[in-house]
Amino acid sequence: MSILINKESRVLTQGITGKTGTFHTKHSVEYAFGKDCYVAGVTPGKGGGNVEGIPVFDTVAEACEKTGANVSVIYVPPPFAAAAIDESVNAGINVVICITEGVPVKDMILTRYKMQGSETILVGPNCPGVITPDEIKIGIMPGYIHKKGPVGVVSRSGTLTYEVVDQLTRLGLGQSTCVGIGGDPVNGMKHLDVVKMFNDDPETEGVVICGEIGGTDEEDCAAWIKDYMRKPVVGFIAGVTAPPGKRMGHAGAIISGGKGTAAEKIAAMEDAGVKVTKNPADIGKFMKAALG
Amino acid sequence: MKIHEYQAKEILNKYGVMTPRGFPCFSVDEATAAADRLGGEVWVVKAQIHAGGRGKGGGVKIASTTDKVEQYASEILGMTLVTHQTGPEGKEVKRLLIEEGMDIAKELYVGIVVDRGTQRVTMMASSEGGMEIEQVAADTPEKIHKLSVDPVDGLHVSDARALAEKIGLEEDVKQNAGELLVALYQAFWDTDASLAEINPMIVTHANQVVALDAKMNFDDNAIYRHPDIKELRDLDEEDPDEIEASKFGLNYIALDGDIGCLVNGAGLAMATMDIIKLYGSSPANFLDVGGGATTEQVTEAFKIMLKNSNVKAILVNIFGGIMRCDVVAEGLVNAAREVHLTVPLVVRLEGTNVDRGREIIAASGIEIIQASDMADAAEKVVAASRR
Repeated sequence: MSILINKESRVLTQGITGKTGTFHTKHSVEYAFGKDCYVAGVTPGKGGGNVEGIPVFDTVAEACEKTGANVSVIYVPPPFAAAAIDESVNAGINVVICITEGVPVKDMILTRYKMQGSETILVGPNCPGVITPDEIKIGIMPGYIHKKGPVGVVSRSGTLTYEVVDQLTRLGLGQSTCVGIGGDPVNGMKHLDVVKMFNDDPETEGVVICGEIGGTDEEDCAAWIKDYMRKPVVGFIAGVTAPPGKRMGHAGAIISGGKGTAAEKIAAMEDAGVKVTKNPADIGKFMKAALG
Repeated sequence: MKIHEYQAKEILNKYGVMTPRGFPCFSVDEATAAADRLGGEVWVVKAQIHAGGRGKGGGVKIASTTDKVEQYASEILGMTLVTHQTGPEGKEVKRLLIEEGMDIAKELYVGIVVDRGTQRVTMMASSEGGMEIEQVAADTPEKIHKLSVDPVDGLHVSDARALAEKIGLEEDVKQNAGELLVALYQAFWDTDASLAEINPMIVTHANQVVALDAKMNFDDNAIYRHPDIKELRDLDEEDPDEIEASKFGLNYIALDGDIGCLVNGAGLAMATMDIIKLYGSSPANFLDVGGGATTEQVTEAFKIMLKNSNVKAILVNIFGGIMRCDVVAEGLVNAAREVHLTVPLVVRLEGTNVDRGREIIAASGIEIIQASDMADAAEKVVAASRR
């Protein structure tokens, strides 16, 4: 088992004919069961063609109908990314993973509004994607650092997630699924949504949460963990040294009005029984200790 | 992106928000001419910088004669204004706003932000105008009233009036305030703003509701839709090193420590800053080189970091995924040759083709301290900075 995606997932790439879409689809197809999983691409006006042997359609609805795709990954440029999410939601896709960075916040507010009542799960935008090791990779992460196993990973950042995964793998701890939820203020899944799924996943035995400054998602997640989490959780919050009022790369990584500090998040997580390390080099070791 | 108060007021005027009459000025002569044009008996001389707390820092003065306008304008123009938002180094004032004085019966607060929790726009209002809203939120949170706005329907005037009533406004004033709030929301929404703040919003003795101050920030990701607002960017208000860095796709923020760091990815960059602190020193900057890390980018990153005379050592921390470590290593070596590093350089490479990358660095003949993991890197760079 795993969460969100597995080798039975059937994936379509929105923006497959673009440079980024082509590049990452190729690498994803080469990973584990990718050849079976990647069934379609969508670029309006380019229907009828193919990329790396994958048929291209004009619309998501058509791609779903012809190929049975139930997951979509989005690499379209920022001005069109929210519309691409809307299209997948309307076509009834189960999981939409938006990699695109730089989507206007207003577009995301409207897209989230339209998603009310929909069963589609959105991951991102501005995220590295999702991987279930040895089964399927959807996104831009390097596949080879991952290993199948019992640890669920959820993170707002890209390379920091790779760092964590690499530490886990070196310690012999594989991963059930790794979810990069992205660093934008208005987006799809939050830490809490992912942690709930890991709690219910029989294959996941422990969870690593990587958070960062900005917002209160980590606090919300901690409050739930305190009451309901049945598995050990290890946490790390990036940005202890970040100054207030400065946006640290990610659109959502900013301490504003005295809110969203690392100290508050660490306190909330510790209060919930999460083993929080202040040393990013020790995240793997903490998970190993927590699993006994 | 941030803009000046007078620019925000010009935008708000177009939407029907009432503001004091006034003119932006770049010299003392322009300031006195503006006072003459405005007429009346009281004028306000306001420093225009992209930071709050100007009044407390001495950047806002009330003048009762045109001579006083001239005096204050000459004092404020060119002064280095220090507020809690500028940092201790302050900000040089290059622009003024000269406005008519207003007759103030009441000072209120109104702000609009994107609320991450509800994933919608939230309007906040308070009877405690003119104060730091963070302070009000901490001391008397019950005095802040919030209204979540439906993104499709927008802000209804009836809801706006109800909000006005909650902050203590009565009949006639409530009507006027409701109209201002609706106009303010529309300006925020139409311009892809990320923040709009009127502090204070005042009520005059004639029951007019006026935006005495105005602050607007905009979503950088949406600025392409607003070329007119993009024009308002004032590079004088931004850190020249940050601007220079952005030309090369580098996200750079200067800090006050002594270890320069160059990292790929924002989360890992923050984590690298944190681990430097944990090992007993402090980061001199945040620097995210993004997904590329070409020779050109790394060269530029080194140059920008070395401009900061506090930097005693540099730590490069790259997790190469799609970006291969051998390519990164070549870029690092070329950049180090070109820049002639004057401080110790510690490099921690991990990821695709890392062995080849480490060989390239070892064979380069350049003095680079290699580290095996983040902890090792932090320990080595802190030690190197103290040699």
